[in-house]
Amino acid sequence: MRAQRVTALVTKELKKLVREPANLFMALIFPIVMTVAFGAAFGGLGSGSMDATYTVGIVDLDASANPVWAEAFREGISDTGVLIVREYGENETAHADLLQGKINAFVILPEDFGDSVDSFLAHPADPALWINSTLGLAVDQGSMIIGAVVPPLIQQVLAVTLFGEQALTLALPLSIAAPTQVTSSHLSQFDYMAPGLFAFSAIFITMLVAQAFSTEREQGLLRRISMTPTSSSEVIVSQVISNMITGATQTAIVYLFSGLMGFRSQATVAGIAYAFVIILFLVLCNVGFGLITASLVKSSGAATGLSFLFILPQMFLGTFVPNTGGIGRFVPSYYVTDALTSLFLRGAPLSSPVILMDLLVVAVVGVVTMVVGIVVFQRFGGD
Amino acid sequence: MLPQSTGQAISIKNLVKRYEDVTAVDDLSFSVEAGEVFGLLGPNGAGKSTTINILSGLLEPTSGSATVMGFDVQKEPGKVKERIGVCPQEPAFFPYLTGKENVELMGNLQDMPKEKLRERTDWLLDQVGLGEASSRRAGKYSGGMVRRTSLAMALVHDPELAFLDEPTVGLDPQSRRATWGLIEDLKGRGRTVILTTHYIEEAEALSDRVGIIDHGRLIALDTPQALMEEHGAENLEEVFIKLTGRKIREEV
Ligand SMILES: Nc1ncnc2c1ncn2[C@@H]1O[C@H](COP(=O)(O)OP(=O)(O)OP(=O)(O)O)[C@@H](O)[C@H]1O
Ligand SMILES: [Mg+2]
Repeated sequence: MRAQRVTALVTKELKKLVREPANLFMALIFPIVMTVAFGAAFGGLGSGSMDATYTVGIVDLDASANPVWAEAFREGISDTGVLIVREYGENETAHADLLQGKINAFVILPEDFGDSVDSFLAHPADPALWINSTLGLAVDQGSMIIGAVVPPLIQQVLAVTLFGEQALTLALPLSIAAPTQVTSSHLSQFDYMAPGLFAFSAIFITMLVAQAFSTEREQGLLRRISMTPTSSSEVIVSQVISNMITGATQTAIVYLFSGLMGFRSQATVAGIAYAFVIILFLVLCNVGFGLITASLVKSSGAATGLSFLFILPQMFLGTFVPNTGGIGRFVPSYYVTDALTSLFLRGAPLSSPVILMDLLVVAVVGVVTMVVGIVVFQRFGGD
Repeated sequence: MLPQSTGQAISIKNLVKRYEDVTAVDDLSFSVEAGEVFGLLGPNGAGKSTTINILSGLLEPTSGSATVMGFDVQKEPGKVKERIGVCPQEPAFFPYLTGKENVELMGNLQDMPKEKLRERTDWLLDQVGLGEASSRRAGKYSGGMVRRTSLAMALVHDPELAFLDEPTVGLDPQSRRATWGLIEDLKGRGRTVILTTHYIEEAEALSDRVGIIDHGRLIALDTPQALMEEHGAENLEEVFIKLTGRKIREEV
């Protein structure tokens, strides 16, 4: 394995990618078009989080003798003009509505809410006699705006409406709990599709590789290369490297454009790094599939057609196309989409077992496919 | 096993290549001295390209053996490929690369030092008259330009032994002379050249020795002069007619 040879072959592959319109389209333009088209069709641009008003649920558990304070709080919330109130008798319904995106947040008024306010008003200067209590708060974590806007508004309503202006500078018996982050289906359809777009681009690498090998074989170029001391493993490794560069570029493109189209990724920097790594293993799978395809049929036209044997199942069972689960487990792209959905949509930590398991599966399948691809190609793929 | 010590660039023993219904190479044995320009003559289908493909490690012979620059082509094809340059009968080039990039790619695949590669590429492209066009995509080249690029691709690493399979087919007179110039240059620096051509006068003028093959068999091998004298012929074409009763080729 000589670095100079591999570098030269990788450079040649990348030049081909950039210079041949069909390849450029397949590898780089197509992911942009897909992401923008899906974002436009299914995204939540201009709706939801960008609204000027938010609906806030109030779960009134107040059992105090004096119900007037809970009522006043409700009115105070309505009076902000920014928040619309919906009332709930208990926690579960509010939680369910938040999950479904019917409300953007909800506040839980504790049992001793009214008593707490009364205790303050009776002894404003003597905190020892206050009944301290805490308001529960849950917000849709899908929207940073709601998370940023709703808690201060509630704080303000508490202060101004219940305790009077002067109370702003004082400590209060009532505090607001740290908001619970809830992922709601208020997320747009596009938010659910976006993780699948990452795998979607990479699976077409099967076709690029199948075409590369079959065309170069047809044009006598594999043979021309074999007139030099270059080994077939150097040729294959350079294909893997150039396609990994393509895959990484696609990942960056999809990330960038899905963000522009309104995808609200929860991923950390480490999560994004993970995305690149798992995509590189998916690329490895697809280079293997490409090699197998190019070995099974001789003409480049047939190779293009046959490559869909590997592309379509990965596309329909393993990307954003909804499927009933089960069967998806047979295609590598499923695990990529699964992991990226957990990371990007649910903000799952990298250490979660499912995320590590997905990476392991794609890595193992990638290596195995590649080995099979090399063996099959060396046996049947030459001229 | 150094080529200098044996003085032999190529040594072929009882080489046979059989396809299902044809015997392309039939018990061929001969050797080529280092520093020779060796012409391989014969009609279409005689087995010239097949012989070259076996010698350059691309094709497994059915039986027999061959060494090139001291290395067995079957046992150590890698060693052989480091020492040879092949200009195939059908030029193969990367259409999306420029002429220059095609040549440089071959140099890189031969592990040439960068500086030397750059110099040699420029010089070669200039020699074959592609200086100007070398920055254009090879996919847009004419047939003759492609052939000249292919020659530069074969010679970029200044190989010890060059296989040139009909390098001048379809070239204009000026380009043919440029090709001859490159062959003279190789010969002048002690390189070995195996040349196949259908231009009889070209073979006569360039070759130190000529091997005539017909139906995969070697039917004559000597200097052009000796062959003509031996057969009382004016040129190599007549030699071939005397030997086989047929013309090498109906028309050149
Ligand atoms: N892959 C193959 N399968 C079957 N027969 C083949 C194959 N390659 C070559 N042949 C046959 O082997 C014989 C020699 O072919 P070869 O290409 O070596 O001839 P050549 O001397 O180079 O001819 P030309 O002057 O036309 O280039 C021919 O009869 C050809 O049909
Ligand atoms: Mg030939």
